Amino acid sequence: MTDDLITIEVDGKPLQARKGQMLIQVTDKNDIYVPRFCYHHKLSVAANCRMCLVEVEKAPKPLPACATPVVDGMKAYTRSKLAVEAQKAVMEFLLINHPLDCPICDQGGECELQDLAMGYGRDVSRYQENKRVVKDKNIGPLVQTDMTRCIHCTRCVRFGDEIAGVRELGATGRGEHMEIGTYIEKSMVSEMSGNVIDICPVGALTSKPFRFSARSWEMVQKDSIAPHDSVGSNIHVHIKDDRVKRVVPSENETINEVWLSDRDRFSYEGLYSDDRLLSPMIKEDGAWKDVDWETALQYVTDRIQTVKKKTGADNIGALVSPAATLEELFLLQKFMRGIGCHNIDHRLRQRDFSDQDVAPIFPWLGQSIADIEKRDAVLLVGSNVRKEQPIINHRLRKATLRGCNVLVVNPVDYDFNFNIPVKIIVPPTDLPYTLAGILKAVAEQGGRKPDDADFIKLIERTNINDKHREIARKLSESKQGTVLLGNLAVAHPQFSTIRALAGAIAKLANITLGYLGESANSSGAWLAGALPHRKPAGQRSDKTGLNAFSMLEASLKAYVLLGIEPELDCWDGSKAMQAMKSAEFIVCMTAYHSEAIKSYAHVLLPIALFAETSGTYINNEGRSQSFNATVSPSGEARPAWKILRVLGNLFNLNGFNYNTSIEVRDEIQNLISNLVPGNEGRWEIPVSLPTGNGNLQRITDIPMNSIDPITRRAHALQQTMDVADGMVHVNALLARQLGLSAGSRVLVRQEECSVELPVMLDERVPERCVLVHAAQSCHASLGPSYGDITLNKV
Amino acid sequence: MDNKLSEHAKEVIDQWLKIYPADQKRSAVLAALREVQHENNGFLTTDLMDAVADYLGLPKIAVYEVASFYSMFEIQPVGRHSISVCTNISCMLCGADEIVAYIEKKLGIKTGESTKDGRYYLKQEEECLAACCGGPMMMVDHKFYENLSPEKVDEVLDKLE
Repeated sequence: MTDDLITIEVDGKPLQARKGQMLIQVTDKNDIYVPRFCYHHKLSVAANCRMCLVEVEKAPKPLPACATPVVDGMKAYTRSKLAVEAQKAVMEFLLINHPLDCPICDQGGECELQDLAMGYGRDVSRYQENKRVVKDKNIGPLVQTDMTRCIHCTRCVRFGDEIAGVRELGATGRGEHMEIGTYIEKSMVSEMSGNVIDICPVGALTSKPFRFSARSWEMVQKDSIAPHDSVGSNIHVHIKDDRVKRVVPSENETINEVWLSDRDRFSYEGLYSDDRLLSPMIKEDGAWKDVDWETALQYVTDRIQTVKKKTGADNIGALVSPAATLEELFLLQKFMRGIGCHNIDHRLRQRDFSDQDVAPIFPWLGQSIADIEKRDAVLLVGSNVRKEQPIINHRLRKATLRGCNVLVVNPVDYDFNFNIPVKIIVPPTDLPYTLAGILKAVAEQGGRKPDDADFIKLIERTNINDKHREIARKLSESKQGTVLLGNLAVAHPQFSTIRALAGAIAKLANITLGYLGESANSSGAWLAGALPHRKPAGQRSDKTGLNAFSMLEASLKAYVLLGIEPELDCWDGSKAMQAMKSAEFIVCMTAYHSEAIKSYAHVLLPIALFAETSGTYINNEGRSQSFNATVSPSGEARPAWKILRVLGNLFNLNGFNYNTSIEVRDEIQNLISNLVPGNEGRWEIPVSLPTGNGNLQRITDIPMNSIDPITRRAHALQQTMDVADGMVHVNALLARQLGLSAGSRVLVRQEECSVELPVMLDERVPERCVLVHAAQSCHASLGPSYGDITLNKV
Repeated sequence: MDNKLSEHAKEVIDQWLKIYPADQKRSAVLAALREVQHENNGFLTTDLMDAVADYLGLPKIAVYEVASFYSMFEIQPVGRHSISVCTNISCMLCGADEIVAYIEKKLGIKTGESTKDGRYYLKQEEECLAACCGGPMMMVDHKFYENLSPEKVDEVLDKLE
């Protein structure tokens, strides 16, 4: 590629550049600053602000550096008289209509226009004319508009078009009357919409939840890791007076680039929810009272010892959030195993654990996040990746723009922001059968058969159709393909079958198999040993405890909960609720005291949340990222790893004398440092394929902003569309068959549970299926996430 | 014609689509809007713009942008007959301002407004209509009338239904 290298000269300095690069890319790389508003290195070149005008030798006029390709021997001057005069003139034009309201503008202090006006602006304006005023638009709960301040750089418009994949903002009108907006009153629906706040160079688009709450220079910036999906986006936490004021992305080209999902950006509001637990509490005679830590922990110790003595350690179960830190997960399993109990699990939304012994060391993406954009064919199975892992979806979208075929097998016809050449939408019970069809088609086309005779037998009688063949062809032809299993696949009652079939497809088509993790430590929890059958680093446990579902089904005598609301976060909401209500003793390490928690728990221990504790997340690609606490925990709350350390000591367990979370982390890192992730061959071949029984089936998904206790309490996120809606989603055909219409109420029954809910017509739901969200109060009144369901008109 | 395109509009759009590459459907957006506006008494509604966007496979906002940019598209309801008096330099020197004032007085509306009976719309014309040698001039329903006088204006406007 040396042929492509050329030499140019900028401000007298010779610089190496690649042919076809724009001048501003070369100057940026060499730390020569050229002012700009519309240019953004992740967006297309618009060249409409003209702020980056520079002098180029032999050019009669100044040229915009962002739209001037370099040529060999080019001589450019960024600070010459001509360049600076041009830049100053552009600044004067930009300021004609810009209001002088910096003192009341949230962007003040971090405003590109303000900064450049300092460098290039005059101290007085020569213009006497009235300034233009533009009416503000309400574009939703997350982004505040002050469109009078807009300088028409169109970064936000290009962001929608090129990055978010939904063009929501545009430039309407022209000349003096041009406005940036949605034209009609409309909320932005992109799961990445908050990024327009960062890319807006002025105060036209600012954060609504953050509005007027701090000035940029009053805040301290600390680094952390986003706690909600398995991506582990890098974030900056902005702090004032020991409070998190906002969260913004921190650039990491290998993970989140410069972007951040809305959930990761705005969830911090959940830190300061009204029901935040501020002190340890004990329930005495049905009444809750605040106690000190010593009393609370002694009480927990006594009660757990009593249960253990009376009924044995096997009658205790620990359920932990997959969003807990690696240290918390590790210490909880160490504690539980220390007291002789193997009932510990983080797989709250999973039902099928039958092949857990052959499962990979941790559910691995199968590739790096950055590599996803190089894929040429992707089969998504049971995934709403756009909402579940928005950053991975962005990589997928980039791949599709380069010609990648993303193929989908889903139980709900989710909306994607890229083209899907083939999709198969089937009821959950038909999902394994569909995969078997694709496997058979792959085998036929490749003229190969699965290695294993059992597989051959399994798919023998499967009927294949054109869609199976089309997907098979695209996968077989790919050189860099992958099969990705999403959250809905993991929650599926035949997950092991899906895993085996997807694995066989990947193997036969010679592509990789990957898992899309639900939560920040969905991968880390496996490595930390927060599992009933495996100790840290994937070591087999001598004794296999109960998994997350069995623990609830078994109605244990005592539960230890860490960072979860079982009735909302577990696969079977009502079973969770019953198990909690019938237990003798429940200790909740929680940040919140919801009514539900107070109804069944016996002790509440307030824990620190993501920005308040140090810890480590291991993301979907196996990358370990540690972070420090950025603010003090609210009230009396303590980091959970410290609580577990003290509990370990109170139980006289060995190896609980840690001084810092780093010591805990190092202990785990020593165990896992030599592990090599791998998904190959990690499945069990099912004996038969499940088929539907003709009954209505429930489908459950978890809207992105209802996923965990923090997001459920983030005020602005709760006003978006991506929250659990308490509705029964059916398609129009089923509604007609049952005599239902939008808004009519139905009695929903599952097993012994029933609840009355309103109907919503939703054409994304396949025939004979009923979609009800999890993570909402009706989930606790209903049965399993999947399975038979009946609807009766009220 | 509330929220979907007429068969005729679709035929016209299809004709236009033939002359552009298959993956460049957006090229037909101007022609499509022109036809749809013509069928809808001279103005566009959001529903119609949405229908055009769906038909051409464009984001809705992309159609709003085009419709709001070009002055030949009306995005508010207007009168049946559109009157544009050129007030650019040549026409202005020939007395366009008096012609505008006369029409305003005659119809009892200002530029940019429609008469209450929905008969006339006096458009705010911002661009030169390229008939400088015949100034002052106006365009009424796509037809040019040059060398205007108040009498000639009466004659043209009174004939309209």
